[in-house]
Amino acid sequence: MTTYRELLQRTKSEISEVDARGAEALDGAIWIDIREADEWQEGHLPGAIHVPRGFLESRIEGVVPDKATPIVLYCAAANRSAFAAKTLEELGYTNAHSLAGGFTDWKRNGGEIVMPRTLSPERRTRYSRHILIPEIGEEGQLKLLDSRVLLIGAGGLGSPASLYLAAAGIGRIGIVDADIVDETNLQRQVAHSLETLGTPKVDSAKRAIEALNPDVDVVTYRERLTSENVERILGDGWDLIVDGADNFPTRYLVNDASIWHDIPVVHGSIYRFEGQVTVFSPHNGPCYRCLFPEPPPAELAPSCAEGGVLGVLPGIVGSLQTNEAIKLAAGIGEPLVGRLLLFDALATEFSEVRIERNPDCPVCGDHPTITEYIDYVEFCAR
Amino acid sequence: MTTVRVPPVLRGEAGGVRELNADGATVREVMEDLTRRVPALGTRVYSDGELQPFVNVYVDGEDVRTRDGLDTPVGDTSTVILLPAMAGGR
Repeated sequence: MTTYRELLQRTKSEISEVDARGAEALDGAIWIDIREADEWQEGHLPGAIHVPRGFLESRIEGVVPDKATPIVLYCAAANRSAFAAKTLEELGYTNAHSLAGGFTDWKRNGGEIVMPRTLSPERRTRYSRHILIPEIGEEGQLKLLDSRVLLIGAGGLGSPASLYLAAAGIGRIGIVDADIVDETNLQRQVAHSLETLGTPKVDSAKRAIEALNPDVDVVTYRERLTSENVERILGDGWDLIVDGADNFPTRYLVNDASIWHDIPVVHGSIYRFEGQVTVFSPHNGPCYRCLFPEPPPAELAPSCAEGGVLGVLPGIVGSLQTNEAIKLAAGIGEPLVGRLLLFDALATEFSEVRIERNPDCPVCGDHPTITEYIDYVEFCAR
Repeated sequence: MTTVRVPPVLRGEAGGVRELNADGATVREVMEDLTRRVPALGTRVYSDGELQPFVNVYVDGEDVRTRDGLDTPVGDTSTVILLPAMAGGR
């Protein structure tokens, strides 16, 4: 009968054990930390890949497909890594080594370690349905938690956007809106409620977000976006703008500011049964002025307050905007850049038209002629 | 016969319909035919032989400004979308 100690000794005599200097001399080596998740979370070697011992056999070929690649395995004290090196040898790996003294000696000798960023158990539970998706995972969720998204408008489009961005764990949500919640809003602006009637929309939306997800830091701007305050508001640092404004002057202002601040804008607009969605990525695609060089005359630009809107339409369009925002924040998928998505709720029909950057665009073109804020109200009233 | 998609803000000019038919081998011909059939709509988007600058015109999903403008060819089965900007968000 072999004891553990005897088995360990025999295994150590059969595998290659290298010290830190020898390990670092292995050109192009892949370092694998085979410890348990809780040990990894307390710090690991820089550049190491975490493959817990229990998953080593099943995962190693995915991590190191070429069996001649030098591999340095480490655990806490070079015992588990000795068995791991033996296993890799049996799997045909010809250049696997166990790090003598393991993580303990590495750290004691002043070797560099890094602390991994991981989600707390509470966050892992809250965002588990995101983490399960390979395209997002824990890394993608951390990106969402690090993201800062500015909403222009807390109305029809801003309502679903604020709720779904909050639910997704966007770390900071800014909301710009000067309005007060009134009864006519409740037909579609689902972030607000009877309890918040008569209160500022930014406060009402903040309340709804905080009731849904305390992870989100909500920054409110109870003001209308103007040429006078746009620099201050954008100066607070935003990765992304979700534009749910309700008028042309604000749309053109948001556009110009986003180009100058290099912030992508997820654009959405609605009227009656129809909606438009696109993403303006400064200098990588068209901007709002490339798409619509000038606004229509006032009689062809009724607002939802004048012409009406199907209540669920902003829910659909605002959710499509949020989908784009989450993709951009997580760095996944194909953003709606250079494509204008049109939705017709009566026909239940989506169509798409191609939009291109205009090299002669006065703001994002090759030779811009508008380089500072203009009088947007006057521009849209011409 | 080409299908012309009418935007919601111009449906009043088009008798409330979402789509109309018009004939023509180019955008110019389609606009002229549209103006003959539905003058209220046609003159809103096309006047003095020019497209109104606030209306985008797409032929099969392509902006005619990035093609040949009014000379952009239009096929029998093409869809022409007339699209002014909409600002609504509330």
